[in-house]
Amino acid sequence: MAHDIENAIRRLLSDVLGLSPVQVSAIKDSTELFGAIPELDSMAVAGLLTELEDRLDIIIDDGDVDAELFATFVQLVRYAQAKVAG
Amino acid sequence: MTPKPVHQFYETAGHREYCLSFGADNAERTILIIPPLFEEMNRTRCMIVEAMRQLPARGIRTYLMDLPGCNESLIPLSLQSLTSWHLAVADAASHLGATHIAAIRGGCLLDHVVAVPRWRLAPVQGATLLKTLLRSRVAGDKEVGVHTTAGQLLADGCTEGLNLAGHRLSPQMLSELETAIPIVTRLVTEAQLDDVAGSLLWLRTEPGENKEMSAAFAARLDIWSATCAR
Repeated sequence: MAHDIENAIRRLLSDVLGLSPVQVSAIKDSTELFGAIPELDSMAVAGLLTELEDRLDIIIDDGDVDAELFATFVQLVRYAQAKVAG
Repeated sequence: MTPKPVHQFYETAGHREYCLSFGADNAERTILIIPPLFEEMNRTRCMIVEAMRQLPARGIRTYLMDLPGCNESLIPLSLQSLTSWHLAVADAASHLGATHIAAIRGGCLLDHVVAVPRWRLAPVQGATLLKTLLRSRVAGDKEVGVHTTAGQLLADGCTEGLNLAGHRLSPQMLSELETAIPIVTRLVTEAQLDDVAGSLLWLRTEPGENKEMSAAFAARLDIWSATCAR
């Protein structure tokens, strides 16, 4: 299950950023997201979160959304895993 | 040979609005394309237009309509609502002689006003589009040290309208988006992303293109419009 969520987020980042399969597989836990990827602006993050809600059937509280949540790949994965676990 | 674009117009609410078109005047099938809404419109335009270029060779004329307040329109977006866009779709379909309609994402919220066969790709609820726009605004505000919430913004927007991600939306547009859903009737065919070899271009951070998707999109429109019951 945890692995499924990680893969779902990997696929979503690929969809949003238009990454190739090679680039997607290069994403590591420590890969920096917000602030490190210029294309990941507030509009892109908003679309990403709404799509993440749909795909994982979760509700993301806008109060939770800050640069910290998107600082690295693993932080986003852990947040989503916690939300799915309820 | 790459077909030349034809610049067409339709009239709605006393104004002329632009349509990009490809194909012959005497084509047997005329498909009106309703684009996605807001930011998603820009992100998908290249893919849609590339598909349109492939359809004259299959005997199909296409029109990609500008909604009032968008793209080349001279009318402010802040004066528009889903209601005015419904009227625009009906006027465009009637003026241009559409035999079919293809709608993508938020465009599927507008297509039910015309009684012709309708094809949809990735329909989305108005509330989902609104949520994304609000979220973007809240995140943008936070970056400059202003604390806002989606609920508070919407409450303010009910009287004054709201600027969301550069789109100035009227109180009526906001309230109509909150409840709008794609209306399903027997005339609707819904395509899956796999049917058009699709990638989620509307989610992309930058407007992109996808030639494989354009080719599959064109082929799918051809097969559907040739075989669907009218």
